[in-house]
Amino acid sequence: MPRLVSHPDEVKIVTKRFGMGAAKIEKYIELGGYEQAKICLAQGPDWIINEMKASGLRGRGGAGFPTGMKWSFVPKVSAKPKYILVNGDESEPGTCKDHLIFLHDPHSIIEGAMIAGLAVGAKMGFIYLRGEYRYLIEIMEKAVADAYAKGILGKNIFGSDTAFDVIVQSGAGAYEVGEESALMESLEGKRGGPRIRPPFPAGVGLYGGPTVINNAETIATVPHIFAMGAAAYAAVGTERNGGTRLFGVSGHVERPGVYELPMGYNLKKIIYDVAGGVRGGRKLKAVVPGGSSTPCFLPEEIENLGMDFDQVGKAGSMLGSGGGVVIDSQTCMVEFALRTISFYQHESCGWCIPCREGTDWLKKSISRVNAGFGESKDIDNIQYIAENILGRTFCPLGDAAAMPIIGFVKKFRKEFEDHLNGQPCKYAKHVELAVV
Amino acid sequence: MTKNANLETMSVFSPALSARFDLLVEKYPLRRSALVPMLLYAQDEIGYLSDAVIGEIAHRIGITELDVRNVASYYSMLRFKPAGRFNVQVCTNISCMLRGGYEIFDTFQEKLGIGHKGVTADGLFSLEEVECIGACCWAPAIQVNYDFHDELTAESVDQILADYRAKNQDKGGK
Ligand SMILES: Cc1cc2nc3c(=O)[nH]c(=O)nc-3n(C[C@H](O)[C@H](O)[C@H](O)COP(=O)(O)O)c2cc1C
Ligand code: SF4
Ligand code: FES
Repeated sequence: MPRLVSHPDEVKIVTKRFGMGAAKIEKYIELGGYEQAKICLAQGPDWIINEMKASGLRGRGGAGFPTGMKWSFVPKVSAKPKYILVNGDESEPGTCKDHLIFLHDPHSIIEGAMIAGLAVGAKMGFIYLRGEYRYLIEIMEKAVADAYAKGILGKNIFGSDTAFDVIVQSGAGAYEVGEESALMESLEGKRGGPRIRPPFPAGVGLYGGPTVINNAETIATVPHIFAMGAAAYAAVGTERNGGTRLFGVSGHVERPGVYELPMGYNLKKIIYDVAGGVRGGRKLKAVVPGGSSTPCFLPEEIENLGMDFDQVGKAGSMLGSGGGVVIDSQTCMVEFALRTISFYQHESCGWCIPCREGTDWLKKSISRVNAGFGESKDIDNIQYIAENILGRTFCPLGDAAAMPIIGFVKKFRKEFEDHLNGQPCKYAKHVELAVV
Repeated sequence: MTKNANLETMSVFSPALSARFDLLVEKYPLRRSALVPMLLYAQDEIGYLSDAVIGEIAHRIGITELDVRNVASYYSMLRFKPAGRFNVQVCTNISCMLRGGYEIFDTFQEKLGIGHKGVTADGLFSLEEVECIGACCWAPAIQVNYDFHDELTAESVDQILADYRAKNQDKGGK
């Protein structure tokens, strides 16, 4: 069972009901659940969207797109039915926050999807979870069935003449399916390859109808925004970055876990205060701020770094999925780079050549350096290949593969060089792991 | 395994699986939306995507077998060969790697005497090195079939294997 953690600096909004048994519908309702969907039903779409815009909520799936604005792009009138699609594919290495929401507060996702549906005029929502999350799919399915039994979902939600149906969908293993257009393909029973945009999902999405796609955390946040008021929610975070975020801290820290902190919270404090510092009193070598696709930071780069989309972007990386991975001083960065690229090579859908061939080439080159057989031109080559994937692929997976590699070579070039000419790695494989 | 007995009847699906399928297809705006989850649910029951399973799903959805295979081959959890009764999936991605994921994988290899995608001779266990399974903050993590086991140490491997062996005994060593 995933361990829950706690720290005094946390501001528990989305995680407020964690550990309280809120997966049971009675408990969820007792704790004020489904009240916000009722209010939103009475207030209507324009009010909902204005509140969402005022909340400053930005998508938690990675790109940080303002949620209220995304919803406002859906046309009011549409010949085809509109849909809400909750993205619970959660496959970016380092990321396990949606896992906890599905486990502890599944009804918040249903309620959030209902509110999104009311905002854009969608009568059906899909909650897509990665196939590996079978036990969470079962929790979600139970929650949906309970909501139907209470008349909360169905033809007449809360006894009104408005309908909202929810289907829980299982994936079957594929990182690329987390990409929004590939997600729609998968839901339509196809291979999870991306679609060419435009048209964008807000206009032409699932089954050709206008579709809102949001990350599970984004959707779970929605009812809380209405419960506390958009302005109060916005005030918790920083400018243009409303509210809190579920930050995952994994890797070499004393207290790994998912912590809910205000947007803009200092990264150094996350590592040293919240997560208890680097394991075993070691020194920090690098930190991957928001999932494996985000370029790493060196210790000196995080002194004053606030974790919000704009500050992390300005510092040369991305807030991404919020899954931070902490790396201690005795880790081999070449090996780390190799494991990172191996993942993207494995997950490339193979549609476009820069991504399919580039990731393969990168994996082979880094592998050679890691094994001690590299030549110095290999290092330049790695940089060159990665830079040439950037911006030349159909979907952002190519960039996701290239960006961290460019960062590793730039920031740890010396370490790559130390591996050349058959020199053994200073941090011979996994030696750091023997320590307790 | 009742697989062969089932093959002789009309459907490879159990009545429960058939009912689940019928319920599922009706809910979607488009029938073939049931394809990906159905492949997985059928695999859970039958063990892998046999020719018979593929044929039946194609028939039920109303698409060609080739179409089904084309989709199925995309998804990493779907397989065309049987796995062990307990499929051990060890994450070695970054968060797990930093906390000993490879040591866990090596320990399983050693204790089971099989490598990546191997199956033990008695068919009880299979082993896979997998990508991130969404348990990074509780690393190193593995899944045995759909059950998560997290914050593992190399020492915990023996206990996990013993527990699953015992589970197998409970069910009459089927
Ligand atoms: C390769 C790739 C994988 C992605 N995986 C996920 C994912 O697992 N979960 C998710 O919510 N978003 C994922 N995204 C982002 C989605 O495409 C999309 O932007 C997001 O779901 C929108 O929701 P948001 O606005 O609430 O962030 C991925 C994107 C790419 C390019
Ligand atoms: S960038 Fe990679 S994953 Fe995306 S379409 Fe191209 S090959 Fe497929
Ligand atoms: S890296 Fe192993 S579960 Fe995410």
